[in-house]
Amino acid sequence: MGKAVAIIGTGQTKHGRRSDVCYPDLVRESVTTALQDAGITLKDIDGVVLGTMPSMMEGVSSTHFYFAEAMGALNKPVMKVETCGSTGQSIGHCGYYWVASGMADIVLVVGSEKMSEGDGQATMTTVFDPFFQRTFAAGAPGVFTMQSMEWMYRFNIPEDKGREAAAMISVSNHDNAMDNPHAHIRVRVTMDEVKNARIITYPVRLLDVCPASDGACAVIFASEEKAKKICKKPAWIKGLGFRGEEFFYGESDKAIWMSATEAAKEAYKQAGIRNPLKELDVAEIYNPFTYQEMIFYECLGLCPRGEAPDYVLKGTFKKGGQLPCCPSGGTLCSNPIGATGLIRLAEAALQVTGKAGARQVGGAKLALSHAMGGVDQFNGVTIVGSKL
Amino acid sequence: MSKEEHRIVKGQVMVPYELALGRTWCHFFDCLKEEKIMGKKCRKCSRVLVPPRSFCPRCFEDMEEWVEVSQEGVVETWVYVNMPFFAQELKIPFISAQIRLDGSDSGFIHQIAGIDLSDFDKVRERVKLGDRVRAVWSTEKKGNILDIAYFEPVK
Ligand SMILES: [Zn+2]
Repeated sequence: MGKAVAIIGTGQTKHGRRSDVCYPDLVRESVTTALQDAGITLKDIDGVVLGTMPSMMEGVSSTHFYFAEAMGALNKPVMKVETCGSTGQSIGHCGYYWVASGMADIVLVVGSEKMSEGDGQATMTTVFDPFFQRTFAAGAPGVFTMQSMEWMYRFNIPEDKGREAAAMISVSNHDNAMDNPHAHIRVRVTMDEVKNARIITYPVRLLDVCPASDGACAVIFASEEKAKKICKKPAWIKGLGFRGEEFFYGESDKAIWMSATEAAKEAYKQAGIRNPLKELDVAEIYNPFTYQEMIFYECLGLCPRGEAPDYVLKGTFKKGGQLPCCPSGGTLCSNPIGATGLIRLAEAALQVTGKAGARQVGGAKLALSHAMGGVDQFNGVTIVGSKL
Repeated sequence: MSKEEHRIVKGQVMVPYELALGRTWCHFFDCLKEEKIMGKKCRKCSRVLVPPRSFCPRCFEDMEEWVEVSQEGVVETWVYVNMPFFAQELKIPFISAQIRLDGSDSGFIHQIAGIDLSDFDKVRERVKLGDRVRAVWSTEKKGNILDIAYFEPVK
């Protein structure tokens, strides 16, 4: 690890269909809120990092040009980083690196997406290679369904059991989103509604799948000296990990998923965490699909391989359970992709600083945030804590 | 604010590309025309990869040895796709599948067809993980991935 780094402010838009604003104004909404939250002005910012989905999603290439003013980046160094779904974690890591290196005192990190303006699945398809696999690509649902089927088969998880646990994840995420004023989807759903919803890509049904959201998130990173001076309760970065694997789908084992497993291991090592299920107080896991959330529980070491459905069914990851996951309602209820991984980090920071409002997990001191990107290729994890 | 006040402007970006295939992939598609599926073998880790690679992603060594793999294999996973989106190449419904061809060490992505795909419940009875499938060739070869028309279940 480099020098100590803290998160001193976060800002989120109301996520959802935001055709009331043009894209730069949506970005500025998150930046203004984060600056207010940190109690600083643009003058205090030394550098700016932006992340979004690939240009095919935005319809405008290299959006750090388009958003330069909205991010307050005039006469400041600007970086753009994108890793598809894991973009939000990548830009968070980038903000951390910049401050931890000692080259900047305060860095503004912004992630955004306006999913309603483009075609998310057509964009995802262009992430596949053009010669071998793109022909058979079916966007994100296609990939995640193939992965979920392989995982259930590998660990002999009966279809009914997998279905029951996935439905429970959908219900609890939707319940949690009711506590989050930023969330896109805010309706309660029942087990029966999830299990009988329209099939998207079997066994994945409509209520197993995230919405396409517009939204932005800004997070402000500061050095130890600045954080202690400016902020009463900073969220300290305790550890981070990022790993990638082979590009061609089918070449690595997605039921075990090396990149997710190793990214978490690295973050735990840096944070000195030996038993994540016991030591973590809350986790914000990237869960665009209910079934995939269970694979993540296993990869992140929160339960043994093949046992995630058992842990879900006994309520381990529900509100009030041993390790509440996604008290924000998660990616399942809001997914402005370029912002999503950063929202996970912002939510983790809110939790350990006691600022999460109705979705606060009482007394949370150590929180995990995570995101996944590409055709199941990249995974990033960041752990924040209330103590340096 | 009412929805009518939110003015939307339609736009579209179209850009043509000319993509170099390279020697390794060129040879793979040339062999498809002769109804052969070729992989490459790493001399260090001994894995055979299909699609072939010019270098082993894990060992970072040049992959020089060509190996013909079987036209039959096992379904490692599959998905029934009945969801349309812009610029989709195949007509829905179709089945994308990850197939481990005998003699290879990676999953090969292609489609399963040659069965009635209109009724999902019937498809579910026909296609299972772990089942064996075999390649069915297109009569007219174009030097692309659809020279293998599809994979069909082996009875
Ligand atoms: Zn090798």
